[in-house]
Amino acid sequence: MDANGLIYFILFLLVAVLLAWPLGRYMARVFMGEKTFMTPLVRPVEKFVYRLCDVDETEEMTWKGYAKALIIFNILAILFVFIIQIVQGFLPLNPEGFPGVRWDTALNTAISFVTNTNWQTYAGERTMSYLTQMIGLAVQNFLSAAVGMAAALVLIRGFTRKNTDKLGNFWVDITRMVLYVLLPLSVIFAILLISQGVIQTFDPYVTAHTIEGTNQTIPMGPVASQEAIKLLGSNGGGFFNVNSAHPFENPNGFTNLLETLAILIIPMALVFTFGYLIKNIKQGLAIFAVMMILLVTGLGVAAWSESHPNPVIEKMGVAGENMEGKEVRLGTANSVLWGTLTTIVSNGGVNSMFDSAMPLTGMIYMFNMGTGEVIFGGVGVGLVGMLFYIILTMFIAGLMIGRTPEFLGKKLGPREMILAIIPLIITPATILVLSALAISSPEGLAGLNNPSTHGLSEILYAFCSTVGNNGSAFAGLSANTVFYNLTGGLAMLVGRFATIIPAIAIAGALAEKGKVPLSSSSFPTTGPLFVILVVAVVVIIGALTFFPVFALGPGLEHLFLQAGKIFS
Amino acid sequence: MKEKTSSKTSSIFQRKILLESFKGSFTRLNPLRLIKNPVMFVVEIGSVITTVLTVYNLISGSNFVFSLQITIWLWFTVIFANFAEAIAESQGKARAESLRKTRNEVIARKITGKGQVEEVAAPTLVKGDTVLVEEGEIIPSDGDIVEGTSLVDESAITGESAPVIRESGGDKCGVTGGTKVLSGTIKIQITVETGQSFLDSMINMVESAKREKTPNEKALEILLVGLTALFIIVVITLPAFAGYMGITISIPVLVALLVCLMPTTIGALLPAIGIAGMDRLLQHNVVALSGRAVEAAGDVDVVLLDKTGTITLGNRMATEFIPADSVKLEDLVWASLISSLADETPEGRSIVKLAKKELNVRGRDIKPPKKSLFVPFTPESRMSGIDTVSNKIRKGSADAIREFVKTLDKTMPEKMKKVVEDVSIKGDTPLVVANENGVMGVIRLKDIVKKGIKAKLQLLRRMGIKSIMITGDNPLTAASIAAEAGVDDFSAQAKPETKLEMIRKYQSYEQQHLVAMIGDGTNDAPALAQADVAVAMSAGTSAAREAANMVDLDSSPSKLLDIVEIGKEILITRGALTTFSIATDVAKYFAIIPAVFAVAYPELGILNIMGLSTPASAVLSAVIFNAIIIPLLIPLALRGVKFRSTSSVSELLGLNLLIYGVGGLIVPFVAIKLIDILITFLGLGG
Repeated sequence: MDANGLIYFILFLLVAVLLAWPLGRYMARVFMGEKTFMTPLVRPVEKFVYRLCDVDETEEMTWKGYAKALIIFNILAILFVFIIQIVQGFLPLNPEGFPGVRWDTALNTAISFVTNTNWQTYAGERTMSYLTQMIGLAVQNFLSAAVGMAAALVLIRGFTRKNTDKLGNFWVDITRMVLYVLLPLSVIFAILLISQGVIQTFDPYVTAHTIEGTNQTIPMGPVASQEAIKLLGSNGGGFFNVNSAHPFENPNGFTNLLETLAILIIPMALVFTFGYLIKNIKQGLAIFAVMMILLVTGLGVAAWSESHPNPVIEKMGVAGENMEGKEVRLGTANSVLWGTLTTIVSNGGVNSMFDSAMPLTGMIYMFNMGTGEVIFGGVGVGLVGMLFYIILTMFIAGLMIGRTPEFLGKKLGPREMILAIIPLIITPATILVLSALAISSPEGLAGLNNPSTHGLSEILYAFCSTVGNNGSAFAGLSANTVFYNLTGGLAMLVGRFATIIPAIAIAGALAEKGKVPLSSSSFPTTGPLFVILVVAVVVIIGALTFFPVFALGPGLEHLFLQAGKIFS
Repeated sequence: MKEKTSSKTSSIFQRKILLESFKGSFTRLNPLRLIKNPVMFVVEIGSVITTVLTVYNLISGSNFVFSLQITIWLWFTVIFANFAEAIAESQGKARAESLRKTRNEVIARKITGKGQVEEVAAPTLVKGDTVLVEEGEIIPSDGDIVEGTSLVDESAITGESAPVIRESGGDKCGVTGGTKVLSGTIKIQITVETGQSFLDSMINMVESAKREKTPNEKALEILLVGLTALFIIVVITLPAFAGYMGITISIPVLVALLVCLMPTTIGALLPAIGIAGMDRLLQHNVVALSGRAVEAAGDVDVVLLDKTGTITLGNRMATEFIPADSVKLEDLVWASLISSLADETPEGRSIVKLAKKELNVRGRDIKPPKKSLFVPFTPESRMSGIDTVSNKIRKGSADAIREFVKTLDKTMPEKMKKVVEDVSIKGDTPLVVANENGVMGVIRLKDIVKKGIKAKLQLLRRMGIKSIMITGDNPLTAASIAAEAGVDDFSAQAKPETKLEMIRKYQSYEQQHLVAMIGDGTNDAPALAQADVAVAMSAGTSAAREAANMVDLDSSPSKLLDIVEIGKEILITRGALTTFSIATDVAKYFAIIPAVFAVAYPELGILNIMGLSTPASAVLSAVIFNAIIIPLLIPLALRGVKFRSTSSVSELLGLNLLIYGVGGLIVPFVAIKLIDILITFLGLGG
């Protein structure tokens, strides 16, 4: 990586912050139900939705009611997406005449899109009809993102409210998020993308005659509309199999910049939203600092690692960067930035092939996902995950200064501890258990295309990605089998609901409590020590969990490569 | 006081405790008992597994030396943990146990309904019974004296050898079971149910089996169990990954890895920390009636303090003589001296003391002039004084003296009026002295602030605790004392219900403070019941003691500061050892992982940054370090990590993180390397 790459990173992050901050402020106003410039336009639609769905906007739910609504909503969504795939052969908007999707693939896909994972074991352009892509998958891209944001919003309410069991109305929350945030942003992005040549059409696939004289079928479709929400909502499910490396999804440098920004913008904005909602923007900035430090460190390692070619190739006299699996038009800097962002943000869209990244780059990507995607993280759930880490940090910090631990004026007791520990333990545990199952069973090994350390990384990555609701693939693993569809489906469900449900439950516990006033004896949670401490806790928990497997997988592979040892 | 007793009895006492704890470390191996400590329970299961394997290896004739060594050290890990708990428990228990024994043997003389006396065993007494206790007898249970006055030796509980007076009525009627009546006969009404006496709660608080875990302790245990579960998963899934890479890991090594990763250090010492905290309170002569209260003490941010007795010595002292214009200072001093000689009030004595100093006649016996007559203070005259042959000397409040000189057709000089006013404005009390010639001058009586109280209040402020002085004085006096002592706020002209109102105000929805207070009288009871940390004086009424959640056996109001500090220390110790425990995992990984993987993949030898000699010695060194760190840290767990008063909490946290976090990262690297060298030297590393 040269100086240009570095300057590009800095400018990119600067632009991201400049866009995210005002967006965060806007979202805070939307979530508080305040008037914004969008209100005159959207409010009538919002009211109409409530009337249509018979929702009383003023009625608030307890944490149990909220969780129940959320779970029912998700179960219905999974059923709907599942059925539409099974019967797509009988439905319109299917110009290629694709038959119904196999049951296990359909189930995996349904879970995948509803849980905001967008893990795809199928190739979109060869499996899904336009209708399935649009009302099945794209709709879930919106709704699953809204559900994630709702989880974050409820948790924030838990901190801001006191002596109440009311946490807001799930239906109102997701409606507002879709109507005021996700839809308008998607429209803007889709138009920008179309202007740059991303396709948006219902026409059937095009057949081209190549200069070699053969026929090539070029898949088409309503790509731009789906591309926008795929990135904005940390979904990541591409219209095409190669995702954003495809020229129809990501035609040029400008669209690549736009799309990279789209990955980061809402998760980053939510950190500012958090600051505004708790009326302590400094606290938001402190969390922002934690995430930024982790982002920059990971990005730095990955960029350094990719700036050298594979040592084995280098010995053949090839200089330069590791260009294997990368789009030449995008280059290393764009690929590494995207790769880092898509793994921290649980997006899962890709613009290069991670299977070909250097082992240490792959390790960073897995670490980003394995720690729970809390570095900005998936829309909503990333912030939620980081708050779990913060609760853990504040618990230890509180003890060390001799006070009952507290955060934002809420005392943290046994109940909060259980609820914060569950997601922090269950998610990495699920990654390890399912990876171990896959790597020691014939069904799991059947899908593997590479031996030794790289094979281990491929399997580990698959479960890091599914549990983390990321959805990106290391590739090199044929995952469209009953085994991987089911284990992957389970991983995605655990990763999603072991995060969201505890978050709502903690919110319930916190909202019931009073708020302790800050005094000089409370640990200042906006200072540098807080930032360092949270960073350390995230890194240490991640390192302690994954040390052995990282040593055996990417770590050993790196050492092999340095020693010139390869596997054919 | 505590030091005195401990040094006297130390060696025999210590040996007995050690022996008892040693036995306790083995009896606690009972899984049904150990399951209460989930972390150590898992270690015990691991130990059993490796034991079985070792025996199997022994029988089948394969190499058992390595697994035997691992097994031994795993058992040591459990036993060390048990020892920590046992030794913490036995310290407090030893004292409580002997008390319980004596009390159980006590025969109480119960007064039945018909007024007859019936002899019953002390433990059968119930609330509401009345008993008769005579000179030389042991008080059978907690209660209030309803009749009589006595001198009570409370040394059995407080360790304080000076006997105290307890009498019926008023705020000094409470007596504690197990203490001895030295003189007098008293009737006591028992105020507690069987098994709920002060002694019982004292015993319960130091016995881990009966001790209720506090919320913070529960939350920490959840964290430790969570980490344990995570590491179990890490270790159980490892053979699958290793197997795929063609590596087999033996079960003893897996168990060793698990035990090393688990937070055993804090898991082993956690019960000891809580018990030792209670015991430290006991050493300060404070009995906590609930563990929650001790932790709440660490969180307290408002403290209500009575002015009298806590902030000031409780009595006004003469500090200055201000003569009238026509009067010589010496004459005023002399007049004050002889008029106060027979005055036994603290104010009177302080006048004598100051006068002797002024006249430089210290120590010499001064007698009042012959044929003089002392005039005692009466509520009607509001003066006291002396009638000598030649003159009448009176001292009293300005009003009373004005009346007195009026009868002599004299008036108070303007200057004296001014002096009286000035003294009052400063918050002091003017005592005017006059004789038949008119007003002689003014004695300044000052409320003396206790030595060291200012420093303690400053410490409180640095802990983030607001101190509030409660006094019945007028606002002027109150303000002056408040300023001198350095309290943050005060409430003057307080009525008995003022405390309750203030506590409610601070605890209210808007403020949400945690309030601590000390009280003794019955009229303090409602406030004590309302306060988050309520310390009753042991000499106080049983109403006060019942409403409180701690009892101070010394009845020393400034004890609150010690309690807050101990509350904080318990939490800090837990936090520090947790951090240390987790931090040491890093080094253990660097010891064990290369040992396990580098045989098959020498490339991973790069992780053996400590350069440990063999895989076996590396695993053993990590396990040995993990075991012996427990007994090494027992003294710290018992003593507690000291609460350092730093300029800010961030500094305190930074300091503790540096010592226990960064220390926990570095220490094991060095220690494991040293153990490895030793093992290799002894040839134990295979």
